[in-house]
Amino acid sequence: MFLEEHWGKKFLADAGLVVPRGRVVDTPDDAAAAARDIGAPVVIKAQVQAGRRGKSGGVLFGSSPEETAQAARRLLGSDVQGLTVEQVLVEERLSIARELYVAITHDSLRRRPVVLWSTQGGVNIEELHARAPEHLLKHHIDIRQGLDAAAARRMVDATPLELSARDALAATITTLYGLYRSLDAQLAEINPLGITTAGTFVALDCKLVIDDSALQRQTRLPSAAPTGTRLERRAKREGLLYIELEGNVGVLANGAGLTMATMDAITHYGGRPANFMEVGGDAYRKAEPALSIVLANPRVKSLLVNLCGAFARTDVIVEGVLGAWEKLRPTVPAAFSIHGTGETRALGLIRERLNIEPYDLMDDAVRAAIGLAADA
Amino acid sequence: MSHVSPLIFDRPVRVLVQGITGREALFWTKQMKAYGTDVVAGVTPGKGGQVVMGTPVYDSAEAACRDHTIDVSVLFVPPRAMKTAALDALRAGVQQLIVLAEHVPVHDVMEVLAEADERGARVVGPNSPGLVVPGRYFVGILPAWEATIFRPGPVGVVSRSGSLGTLVSLNLARGGIGQSAFIGIGGDPIVGTTFLDALETFERDPRTQAVAMVGEVGGALEEEAAEFITRMTKPVVALVAGRTAPEGRRMGHAGAIVAGTSGTARSKIAALREAGAHVADVPSQVNEILSRTVTSDE
Repeated sequence: MFLEEHWGKKFLADAGLVVPRGRVVDTPDDAAAAARDIGAPVVIKAQVQAGRRGKSGGVLFGSSPEETAQAARRLLGSDVQGLTVEQVLVEERLSIARELYVAITHDSLRRRPVVLWSTQGGVNIEELHARAPEHLLKHHIDIRQGLDAAAARRMVDATPLELSARDALAATITTLYGLYRSLDAQLAEINPLGITTAGTFVALDCKLVIDDSALQRQTRLPSAAPTGTRLERRAKREGLLYIELEGNVGVLANGAGLTMATMDAITHYGGRPANFMEVGGDAYRKAEPALSIVLANPRVKSLLVNLCGAFARTDVIVEGVLGAWEKLRPTVPAAFSIHGTGETRALGLIRERLNIEPYDLMDDAVRAAIGLAADA
Repeated sequence: MSHVSPLIFDRPVRVLVQGITGREALFWTKQMKAYGTDVVAGVTPGKGGQVVMGTPVYDSAEAACRDHTIDVSVLFVPPRAMKTAALDALRAGVQQLIVLAEHVPVHDVMEVLAEADERGARVVGPNSPGLVVPGRYFVGILPAWEATIFRPGPVGVVSRSGSLGTLVSLNLARGGIGQSAFIGIGGDPIVGTTFLDALETFERDPRTQAVAMVGEVGGALEEEAAEFITRMTKPVVALVAGRTAPEGRRMGHAGAIVAGTSGTARSKIAALREAGAHVADVPSQVNEILSRTVTSDE
């Protein structure tokens, strides 16, 4: 879960870090009022669940309440990174002498948290890494020991900053690490971390990404506004992961790996998948709602059901498929390839109830589904 | 990291099933026993003293380990109970854990792996479908008894995905090529046993002639393994799922940058090709390539 900037900054401020004075608004009039209260000049920032807003025109400046209203008018309702802007954050524009980069994430190879920091902030980490990897400092943390103030201070000792700034950097990192842990974050990033001309450290932006697997125990988070297309939101309510794509071959497969391989095979043989839909793991008993969603996409001209059961029983999945099929009576043609746990019964059900002969090879089923979609 | 516990065993393994009284655990315990896996004890807190399918149940792994010698514990516990169960087993001295749960909070995984590292223990997973050594034993949730999928043979299979790894195994078996072992490492962002660990195991394993490696987008495990492939004597055929997966919103991308990669299928395929692995475009090509590489057992 990606927390919008203003939520992230609220967590930073509650933890004792300095953030610019600001207010979240959803109308141009309120934006002007915010600029008046805060005092121009201000920054107006689109609040969406995505980074790189500056590059996408999602960050504007206002030197007066009128300009602020104008900027808010431009941003509200517009698209930034494919997301509709419903709120903007109006913030005081500070006089910044330097911009640093600080982030905490996990290193998937070393299997532990890692602190990343740089005195070259303001650009994103990809650019930072590409441009000057030697300026990107990092330090791994033993998660059972954590990071205390003294350890953080030693960690940043070689950073090319003056003594007081190194102290402030260490304090910022210690606080950010505490948030990273208490919020089950995958990423806790402050970029830029500004140093004002008066020497104060200010979090000018904040990116907090929370581990979706930990949302149940994270009770302090805002309730996430539903995102995605109508069908994607419906899938989410059903506890299914569904991603709508541009193609015309509807895909139902079990497990993320097989589903991706099925989409890859459709593309490999010259077709275009209409969706990603996972009915693997515990979701294998949800094939009925899953197929209903796949078929509700009007772009779908043929259906490909590709199953390889291990933990997921293919006969249980096929029962769900038949349930949806007999309820919806779809007119799209379908191709099946089914192997693994429950295969004999699953194949029998399809022959008997749908009068369709499943393909033995996945590749043949993929080619058939592409052909059927093209003929439709 | 040097592990005390080997990944696959040459001798019968003594298995503990944590969460043994749950519905899925009962089903799979029955299958493991029927296959010949030596399930010696189970754990369900609060149900110590019961006996299921002839297997004694304990309140904790610690209690079970007082009465039994355990080589491997398989965790049929829900994601949020994983940390407690895994630490229980590690502190009781179990040297290999197989964690099946998916959606385990990543911070919990890191805590468990830190504890395992300190104890020289091995964790497979989370989100692992388990291990199969065809004809000898299996631990986890794979249909090892299906002779159309798993049969003894010369190819080591390692997969992040249970379903796609199973399909690759099935294709091999249909082509008359069996497996020396199937290792499901799991698809989570952080896992205890990596492609590199599995490749090192297969490179040493006298039964293995070649390796089928089934990866997917995300993380850097394929790239890490590529470096080792350059030094391997046995051929590796790789499949990387997700080359057409939508990139989506790039969240937590810093993790891949730390590892020096972008985590895309393209970067993985390039690294594997560069290292000398054969890269298949579709699952059926894996067995086509391997059938030219290994001596079939038929």
